[in-house]
Order: sequence, then structure tokens, then C-alpha cells
Amino acid sequence: MSAAWLRTASRAAGRYGVLLALVAFAGAPFYWMLLTAIKQNRDLYVGAYERTHVPWILNDPPTLEHLRLLFTGTDFPRWALNSFLVLIAVALITVVVAVPAGYSLARLSGRWGERLGVGLFFTYLIPPTLLFVAFARLVSALRLENSLLSLVLVYPTMTIPFCTWLVMGFVRSVPWDIEEQAMVDGWSRFGVLLHVAPRLVVPAVLTAVMFAFTLVIQEFVYALTFISSVKQMTVSLGVPVALVRGDVYHWGALMAAALLTSLPLAIVYNAFADRFIEGLTLGAVKG
Amino acid sequence: MMRRATLADRPGGLGALLLAPALLYVFLLVGVPFVLVILLSFSDSTAGSLTFHWVGFEQYARILADPVFRRAAWNTVLVTLGSQALAIVLATAAAQVLRSAFRGRRLARFVLLLPWAVPVSLGAIAWTWLFDSTFSVINWTLRAVGLLHGWLYWLGDPTLALVAIVLVQAWRMFPFATLIVLAGMTTLPQEMLEASVVDGAGFWRRLLEVELPLLSPVLVVAVLFGIANVATDLGVVYLLTGGGPANTTQVLPTLAFQRGILGADLGQGAAVAVFMLPFLIVVAVAMLWLARHAEVGRR
Repeated sequence: MSAAWLRTASRAAGRYGVLLALVAFAGAPFYWMLLTAIKQNRDLYVGAYERTHVPWILNDPPTLEHLRLLFTGTDFPRWALNSFLVLIAVALITVVVAVPAGYSLARLSGRWGERLGVGLFFTYLIPPTLLFVAFARLVSALRLENSLLSLVLVYPTMTIPFCTWLVMGFVRSVPWDIEEQAMVDGWSRFGVLLHVAPRLVVPAVLTAVMFAFTLVIQEFVYALTFISSVKQMTVSLGVPVALVRGDVYHWGALMAAALLTSLPLAIVYNAFADRFIEGLTLGAVKG
Repeated sequence: MMRRATLADRPGGLGALLLAPALLYVFLLVGVPFVLVILLSFSDSTAGSLTFHWVGFEQYARILADPVFRRAAWNTVLVTLGSQALAIVLATAAAQVLRSAFRGRRLARFVLLLPWAVPVSLGAIAWTWLFDSTFSVINWTLRAVGLLHGWLYWLGDPTLALVAIVLVQAWRMFPFATLIVLAGMTTLPQEMLEASVVDGAGFWRRLLEVELPLLSPVLVVAVLFGIANVATDLGVVYLLTGGGPANTTQVLPTLAFQRGILGADLGQGAAVAVFMLPFLIVVAVAMLWLARHAEVGRR
């Protein structure tokens, strides 16, 4: 055995070792969610003092009891519906407001547009936890407590800056030729806007909708601040806050809900990660 | 043949028209609340009434004299810096592994991205279950491999609870940092890396002396995002410890929530929240500076 072979082998082993450790750290909570969601209670609630009872495997046959409880015995279906309704409204508002703005910043405004774009981007950095005290007051003044409308009104403040920025970056990357040709062909600027530009921004709109989707499903702070009635909650609020009865956590149903909610998000993130990164970092990092 | 130019051909006017809704939305629902928070922090407003009574710096004087606030501010710094230090090490390691092609790379990337995709509140509740005082699989595993003989009350002990919070925040943020570092790595000048190999530099020397310095702007972007995110995060601490035991793990967002929303003392809550601004200003200024002066990862 040569030294070179040994070095290559140990390097590969080191790489897989590091990879395994990282994957375990990132993935263990999700594996534990899955196990908890399908374990029978007598397999689940064995104190961790019991060295002989290995919690990381199924010691009894799996059960769908927790899932059944989640869908028939809790408000989870209602929360999913609420999240969906908010999502549709927020996605619509975002697209209608952010797409024209992004196009405008890319094509129709000069230096002041650039500055406004950067300014708009920075409002994205202002977090819900800074504004919630003010919103608590505004929402009660508007009589929107416990209403999904409060979320529909406020969530676009987080999606619009990001999506405007995203659309702007995207339109800039499309050559001006197509629109110019349309203008030579006799379209007015406005005509170009109505007939040519929409086709150019389709991928950006898709990304914007996906971003709105992930934001609405993930958001917790505003929902926690505005909504206290269990029936009006969204998934990411209801699951951790309302699946607890008194001091009793329904861990099986809770983890089933967490897993079911995370999966679609994981798929979206996996597909759109690079574009999200580009949008989130002012286009400074190209994914 | 040329058409006559109409109003619709004036890019300035049309541009402003298209931009107006976005600017108006953000002005009304970010700008106005922002000013309102600052104003509220100078008032003794409560959630019940709509009166506004100016009290000057009284709220600030009260919270600065409050040991719970001082602990919360310190915890915010500690958790933010601690989790970012950990996240950067993890992200660099993950990017080093993921940069090369191997069987299962796509699956590994998918799993490594999971903590970023999961909603903060659901990730936090899953960790609450992992750290459970009776059923903690972490304790079981530590005991099984012989690292632990007694018992760890993760969320019941102030120090351990802070460790748990740092761990969860790093878990949540390192996937994002990994992607940023990976994107940065693709832009490293290949000749320079090859030259360092030819010169006989080993893995560690190449990493520490060639790659990391070149990647530093990208790492800074990742850290800045981590800071803006972790310093202002409510969900993790709120669900993991609720600020307890005995207010020892409060951070600024949870304390602002406790005082301003649960306690209905809007003035206090606003004053606590305003102390998140320094974190955000540092991040904003650094990002602007980077955008101007460093060509971060541009192809």
C-alpha cells in the first residue's frame, strides 16, 4: 500500500465523517419528528433513563393514531385552510405590487431608481419583533384583532421589498433587445409593458410566489401578536401554541404536523435556494 | 414609420406610476409603524387605551435600571455571536464537503437545507421535545455512548438553556451560510488554488491561508444575515424556554413581547425593542459598505 493511497483513503473517510456528523446534526430533529409521529405512545413515553429502551428505532409496530388525532381531533385542518387563504391573498398582493415596481426599477428609472431600490431592500431588514408593538396598536385601532385580514395586510411588508428586488435583478439580466424590438415594431412603452414585459418576468413571478408561500407558512411573530383565537390561527402558530392542552403536549400529533408542514417547504427551498440567496443578499452572492 | 410619442413613452412618469404602490405600501406599513415604535418608547401608552402621553426618557431609564433587561441585552449579544461563530464553522465544513461531487450529494444537500426550510416555530418545538426533561433522546444518546452519567435538565438550567438556544440558532442558520459559502467557492480563482497545491500546501494550509481569506467577504455576508436574523428572533427562545427559568434566558425580542404584548405595556415593550436597532444598523451599514467596495462572489 502506497502512502498516496493511504492519504486519499483517509481524506475520503474524513470527508464522509464530517458529512455524516453534519447530516446528523441537521437531520436528527426531522428523523425524530418522523419517529414520534408514527410511534405508539407506550413506545414513545418511556423515560430516557431506560438505557435498554432504544428511542431511535421503532420498538413497537408503527401507528397512524397520531395522524388521525391531528386531522380529526384538532384544529389542524382549519389552520391549514387559514394558512392557504392568507397565502393566496398575500401572493396576489405581492405580485400585483412588486412585479411592476421591480420592472420599473430595472428599466424605467435611472439613478434615483437605484437608490430607491436599495432603500426598499433595507426595509426588508426591519424585523417583525421591532414593529410588533406598533402593529398591536394599529391592528386594534383597525379592529382587525383575531382576523386573518391583519396577516394579509402585514405580510406583504415582508414579501414586497424582497420580491421587488428579485424582479429587478431578474429583468436586468434579460437583454433589452426584446422590448426594444417591440418598440421599433410600433408598441408604445405602455404597450410593451402590457404585452411584452409580462412574458419576460414569468420566472421571477414564480420565484416571488414561492417566496410568499414560504414566508406565510413560516411566519410566527405577527401571527402570535395578532391572533389569540384558536380557530383563526395559521399552521406555524397553531401547531406549537395550541396543540398543547394545559401542560400536556400531544407530541405525536405535534411532530406529525411539523413534519407535514416542513416537507413542502423543504422541496420549495431545495428548488429555489439559489434564487432566494441571490435576492436575499442584494444580488451580491450569485447562487 | 415612427409613431408619435405619447405620455406612455415617457419612462420617468410611467416608472414612478409603477413604483408608487410598492413605495406607498412599505411607507404606510413599515415606515409609519417604525416611527410609531420610536414614539411609543417615549410614552406610557398601554394596550387598553388609545391615549398618548409623552414621558420623555422615563421608559429607557426604567429598563436600563432593570436587571432583567440587562440580562436580556447581554443574552442577545451572547446568543447572536455564539450561534454565528458556530454556524460559520459548520457552514465552512459543509461547503468543503459539498463542493466536490460524490454519490448522495443531492440527498446530503437536501438534508442540510432542511433546518433553513422548516418554520422557526416548528423547528423550535421539535427541539423542545428533543430537550425534554424526561424523554430527551439527547440525554439517552449521551448516556448510551458513556459521555453522560447523571442527567442534564437542558431547559431548566440557565447555562444549559443558553447553550441549547445557541445550538438551535446555529442549527437554523448554518444551511443558509453553507449556500452562501458554496456560491462564493465557485468564484474562487482556480489558478490560485492549483498554484497552492503545486507549492505543496496541504488541506489545512490551503483552507486557512488561501481560501478563507478569499472567501472572507462572502463569510461576512453570511454572518451579517445571521446577526440580523438571530438578534431579532422571537420564536426559538419563546418556545424553548419562554425566557425562563426565572427570566435568565430572556432576549430582547422575548422581553419586548412579554412587556409590550402580554403585559400590555406598549411603552416598555417599544423601549426594549428599540435596543435591537444597533444590531440592525451595524448590519445595514456593513452590507452597504460591502455592496459598494467588495465584489462579493460576482462572476
